[in-house]
Amino acid sequence: MIESDAFVQALQDVGFDFFTGVPDSILGGIIETLMERRLYTPAVREDEAVAMAAGAYMAGKVPMVLMQNSGVGTSLNAIISLNVIYKQPCLLLISWRGFQGKDAPEHLVMGENMTQVLDSVKIPHRTISEQTLVDDLHWTAQTFMKERVPVALLLKKGIVKSLHP
Amino acid sequence: MRPEEGTMQSRARIIAALLEQLTDQPVIICNGFPSREAHKIADRATHFYMIGSMGTAAAIGLGVALNKPNKKVIVLDGDGNVLMGMGTLATVAALKPKNFVHVVLDNEVYGTTGNQPTISNVVRLEQVAKAAGYVNVERAIEREDAVYEFKAMLKKDGPSMLLVKVTEQCEDAGRVLIEPADMTQRFKKAIEQTS
Repeated sequence: MIESDAFVQALQDVGFDFFTGVPDSILGGIIETLMERRLYTPAVREDEAVAMAAGAYMAGKVPMVLMQNSGVGTSLNAIISLNVIYKQPCLLLISWRGFQGKDAPEHLVMGENMTQVLDSVKIPHRTISEQTLVDDLHWTAQTFMKERVPVALLLKKGIVKSLHP
Repeated sequence: MRPEEGTMQSRARIIAALLEQLTDQPVIICNGFPSREAHKIADRATHFYMIGSMGTAAAIGLGVALNKPNKKVIVLDGDGNVLMGMGTLATVAALKPKNFVHVVLDNEVYGTTGNQPTISNVVRLEQVAKAAGYVNVERAIEREDAVYEFKAMLKKDGPSMLLVKVTEQCEDAGRVLIEPADMTQRFKKAIEQTS
């Protein structure tokens, strides 16, 4: 399992320097590390978070938004009618609740359709694994800079250490 | 509530009066007629006109303000927009950016879709901002009062909210024809010089 400290360091190493979002248990360790490093700006909704990321990008930052996949539903309009059409890139780190149907009922529909939802609005995405993390981040940074679009990395349970294993 | 006193102005007249007070400050303008009117009145590279993502103007402004702490960032917002993204009043109040000036042009209707009523005739949005923790909060009807309070807010530490009651009247202003992606780069470059 990847230590959250190493994960955050890897993000900083490829250039990310503005972090906002809404928590999820899978993201708990990462958010704690970001807070320890005084890098995290908490948002109250995911559409607010992606809009803050848009503002941060225009102010010269390289932004990242953390959210549970339920937040994709909440923020989809902002992502496609702001970040996508205005070409304001950000990295969406999305925790994949409901993966393979093993989760609470409220996560199952989005969990089952996660990649299809992103595909249908043409948001490039990858699913992080411990072995491919470095490659995934480089792919993210490249896509981000070249195409100036929001890019999603999906994070399943048990890949990065969370607060409650 | 007793009727408020004063002569209400059109939103375009208030926008014109406020933009006159500005030079190179970043300005985020919410979607719908406010953006079209502001673009017609005075188009500057430091203006960011929204066309979608209703409810997020203040969040975009917040993202700019947090990363350009030495420049006053102005958000020209509407009542429908503030109601839709009301949580952002709390986020702004919690983060307390001193350089954040939030102007709400309150006409009590969704103007772009045919003047359906919002609920801002009942809910006083500047009081919501005050309760959340905005540092300076003012409500104005007369144009001179709005300008006076706006100028004061440009000098004071915020976050500040100026709510101006305006009429439903819309200026005959066409859509903003700047390509969204071009607008992003234009705005980004224009505010690059400022720290």
